[in-house]
Parts: sequence; C-alpha cells; structure tokens
Amino acid sequence: MSSHSSPALSTSGKLWDGGNEPFGASYGKLMMWFFLLSDAFTFSALLLAYAALRFSSLSWPVPDDVFAGVPFIHGHFPLVFVGIMTFILIMSSVTMVLAVEAGHRGARNEVVKWMFWTILGGIAFLGCQAWEWSHLHHDGAWWGSNPFLNADGTPGQVNFTNLFFTITGFHGFHVFSGVVINIIVTIMTMAGVFDRRGTYETIEKIGLYWHFVDLVWVFVFTFFYLI
Amino acid sequence: MSGEHSNSFDIRGIWRVFWVLFAITAVEFIIALAIPEAFMAKPIKNAIYIALTLLKAFYIVAYFMHLKFEKINLIYSILLPTIFVMGVIAALMYESEYWFTLR
Repeated sequence: MSSHSSPALSTSGKLWDGGNEPFGASYGKLMMWFFLLSDAFTFSALLLAYAALRFSSLSWPVPDDVFAGVPFIHGHFPLVFVGIMTFILIMSSVTMVLAVEAGHRGARNEVVKWMFWTILGGIAFLGCQAWEWSHLHHDGAWWGSNPFLNADGTPGQVNFTNLFFTITGFHGFHVFSGVVINIIVTIMTMAGVFDRRGTYETIEKIGLYWHFVDLVWVFVFTFFYLI
Repeated sequence: MSGEHSNSFDIRGIWRVFWVLFAITAVEFIIALAIPEAFMAKPIKNAIYIALTLLKAFYIVAYFMHLKFEKINLIYSILLPTIFVMGVIAALMYESEYWFTLR
C-alpha cells in the first residue's frame, strides 16, 4: 500500500495525518455525498414541518379519499396511481444501477441503453405527477385552497394542500433536474467523453443523485399517502 | 478496482435488491388496503409503515448508493448527521403533541 504513495506525502502512516485517503473516495464523489446530505436536511425540514403541523391538528384529510384518482378510469381507487408512480421510480433506480455497473466495465453502449431507460422512467414519473397535480387542481386544491374535508367532517386545513404541493413540488423539481442532468450525461457518454477520460465515475455520481431522489420519494410516499 | 466492486455490483445482486424493495412496497399496500383498521389500529399500522420505510431506505442507500461498501469514515460522516436529524424529528413530534393539548 505504501509503495503507491510518494515518500514526501506519507508521514506517520496514521489515517488522518495526510498522505492517504481517509474517505477512499474522489473529491467529486465525496462532495456529491455531502451535497446529498445537505439536501436530506432540506427535505427533513419540510417533512418535519408536515409532521409537526399534522400531529398538532385536531383533524386532517384522509389520504385514501384524496388520492384515489387514476387516469382514464372513473371511480375510487385509493393508492393505485401513487403505487404506479412508486414502481416507476424504483424501476428507474434499478436501470440507473445497471448503467453504473456497465460503466464499471467501460461498456459504452450498455451505459447509453440503461441511461435511456432511466431518463424514460424519470419522464414517466414527471408525467404522472403532472396528471396528479392537474387532477387535484381540477378538484379545487392548490396552495391556499383545500376542498377536501377533514376526517371528522370539518372544513379541511389549508396546511394539507400547502404542504402537499410544496413537498411533492420540491421533489418533482429534483426529478426534473435529475432528468436534465441524465440527458446531458448520456450525450457525453455517446460522444465518448468518459472513454477519453478513462473513467465512468460521472455516471456513478449522477447515479447517487438519482437514487437519492428515489429515496426521498420512499419517505414522501409513506408520510403523505400511507400515514 | 474491479475486484473491489465485484461483490456489490453484480447484476443478480441488483435485481435481488429490486425484488426486496418491490416486496416491501407490496406489504405496505396490503396493510393499507386489505387489513381493516378494526383488526389493526392506525398507530400500529403507522409504526409498521415507518419501520418498512427505514428498511427500504437502508437497501437503497447501502446497495444502490453503495454506501455499505465505502470506507467506514465515509459511512459515519453520512450516517451520524442523519441519526441526529431523527433525534430532531422525535423531539418535534413530542412538541407537536404539546401544541395539540394546548388547543
């Protein structure tokens, strides 16, 4: 191990004394992790506000009654549509790992193929969210207006729609940014940028971001639709 | 490099994690839709949802984001702040109950 590091850098050989890599990750990857940590704090703050407002409320709308629409079908189907959205996002996370795996082997065409499916999954998710938002907006729900009654029959709290549109909107914006970055990275892959660089680590970094978006959705799904 | 990653990045392992995530989500749906609240009270359901969500989060972060196979320093620098956030969440839930009783 010490044969790799230059004699000028290796000092006492202790982990934090310089001359080695305590985190074992490149600068870019480490910074992506710390960015995601800070982003996790932002989402935690939003979900915290949601939890505090909801648990201090006397009553709250029932998610099963609010989120029961499915495109092209009339009727009451609680959780079905959001289930489809969850499945799409998990699938696109899987295709992203497969792209990262192909990148480790330097298989450019496979990376492009899996990135294509990831982008498609992201766009499909955004389409679903756009439908859900317009469906709710059609029912009269928006920032500052809540047509849904509380569980006890009293007029619904505006907090409910405010938090719903803010949190899913912030998450949707992350998905949108992810799709844009995925498209840029896919074009770079096709242009052979990473072959010339000799590493597909960029795919790994954007992969971390994409999985984080999936991770946030797992929490949004539980706290908004299930509880 | 490839030897270091061969344990975590084989294609069969990726699909296995997918099926785990799929199964956990399916269980959440079954609890939400098929089990009446007379049989399982809402607070118990919620506790199960949160436990399953944390389990899903573990699988995504550990395997998809590969954190389980990083160096211990990186793992701790991500995990410890997250644990502190969970402490804040617990504190504020407690606080919101206090607001509730004040109303």
